[in-house]
Amino acid sequence: MSKIFTFKNDVDTDQILASQYLLLPNVDEMKGHAFESLSDTFASDVRPGDLIVAGDNFGCGSSREQAPAVLKALGVKAVVAKSFARIFYRSAINIGLPVLISAELSDAVRDGDEAELDLTAGTVTAGGKVYACTKLPPYMQRILNAGGLIAVLNAEEA
Amino acid sequence: MGHTLIEKIIMKNTGLDTVSPGQIVTVNVDRVMIHDIFIPFVAEKFKEMGFTRVWDPDKICLIYDHMVPTSAVEDVRHFQIGDAFAAEQRLTHVHRTDGICHQLMPEMGYARPGQVVFGTDSHTTTYGAVGCFSSGIGYTEMAAILGTGELWVRVPETIRIEIDGELPGNVSAKDVILTILGDLRADGATYKALEFGGSAVEKMSVASRLTMSNMSVECGAKCALVAPDEKTAAFSGVPMAEIAWLKPDPDAHYERVIHYSAAGLKPVCACPSQVDNIHPAAELVGTKLDEVFIGSCTNGRLEDLAAAAGQLEGKTVAPGLRLIVTPASRSIYIEAVKAGYIETLVKAGAIVTQPGCGLCCGRAGGILADGETVLATNNRNFLGRMGPSSVKIYLASPAVAAASAAAGEIVLPE
Repeated sequence: MSKIFTFKNDVDTDQILASQYLLLPNVDEMKGHAFESLSDTFASDVRPGDLIVAGDNFGCGSSREQAPAVLKALGVKAVVAKSFARIFYRSAINIGLPVLISAELSDAVRDGDEAELDLTAGTVTAGGKVYACTKLPPYMQRILNAGGLIAVLNAEEA
Repeated sequence: MGHTLIEKIIMKNTGLDTVSPGQIVTVNVDRVMIHDIFIPFVAEKFKEMGFTRVWDPDKICLIYDHMVPTSAVEDVRHFQIGDAFAAEQRLTHVHRTDGICHQLMPEMGYARPGQVVFGTDSHTTTYGAVGCFSSGIGYTEMAAILGTGELWVRVPETIRIEIDGELPGNVSAKDVILTILGDLRADGATYKALEFGGSAVEKMSVASRLTMSNMSVECGAKCALVAPDEKTAAFSGVPMAEIAWLKPDPDAHYERVIHYSAAGLKPVCACPSQVDNIHPAAELVGTKLDEVFIGSCTNGRLEDLAAAAGQLEGKTVAPGLRLIVTPASRSIYIEAVKAGYIETLVKAGAIVTQPGCGLCCGRAGGILADGETVLATNNRNFLGRMGPSSVKIYLASPAVAAASAAAGEIVLPE
């Protein structure tokens, strides 16, 4: 089971990782500052396998790929939102962080709830109910399945 | 069935006879822009992907702007990595102190009408103002382009925005785009192309159009295009005949067409802490300010400095308020000195800083303290962007900003 961390609409990349931390030498040093302006405890409480559930337009704002990268580094299993901002969505897939779209889930669950994510089926089970998420186009699913764009390019070369 | 402007650019680029929204196509990239914040990550991913040589050194622009000049010892590392990558890959377009990437790309002719350009920054949408398909991407995708020269894109739906008539004297392109963002909301154009037109847009300078396209990403837009005209041709240094094809077909299909009457628009501000939280400036009159910032890739151009100087001619900045002015590029700085704008602003009490991103990215050049309020001409007022998250950031036009700097509180420009 995964623990759910909920976020509202229009969470921007400055909130996911403030710009002053982009100068740290690597993502591992940045990850402890995730969501710092919204939550004092997220970065210390989140455990590998946990889920982020959000409203519309998750990851809007800057192009910083460190935003999805710190979530992946913290072990977040997937982000399920009503919708995603464009660059965050592309970058998440390119680094192998699953991003799923569900119109209903964020209104149905609360912070701290437990859920089961089935990535193959594209479903989240929470509170005894199964929520079907929108599937990715095949091209993007291939990148995600491979573990990200680097893995795809390395495989093409080999 | 006709095509919108973005569809025609993608068709020309790919050689496809027709494209339609939702289709995934692979485009040939004409130019890329990488800035100082992300070059270490791009270089690292490029190596991890197994690439050794970039696809075309002439098509790559490396621009240092977020950290110029450095404000912390660790900043230097980004320049060292950037310089080493530029030397190794024999990059020919490297700018270390010349200004903000989104000003330099169109100003230097790196982003031209009809081209396809990607950058490691969300405000790469700016170059749509000269009829260029330009959009922001992450550093991993940028590394992939450096190796392959290609990127897959989804052909976007287009929202056409028509603005007709004459803008009132105290209303600028910044007020127009802020009004549009308030109406479309922060996700109103996600994955979509905006296409600006109408007589008010035709009358706008290229600089004003750059302001509009720059901020279009704040409603999620993938790109924001203006069909090139004689002004674009002169600005970009290309013959009009070469770019005459860059216009939407009369029977193009739009997801929506939104009309504005220019005469009905007013000076507005984006209030803390969302860019789509738009209110008429008249309703905010009297809001006390600690600092005013005029600059950025949104509003650091010559006409913006002229507007600011016009408001501050013969006046002084309110006691205790800090006014920071940052020209968007070296050439704009020189022109503003020649025109006397800089002298006017300095006499009024402004702190003029070197061209670069400055305060907009919250790293240097006027960071605010707990509980302070700033009125700024840049593009984002997100929580914690210019200091602690208790800082209140209002966004407005250069005229509103300069007039308010003299008053010490938000006022309407004369």
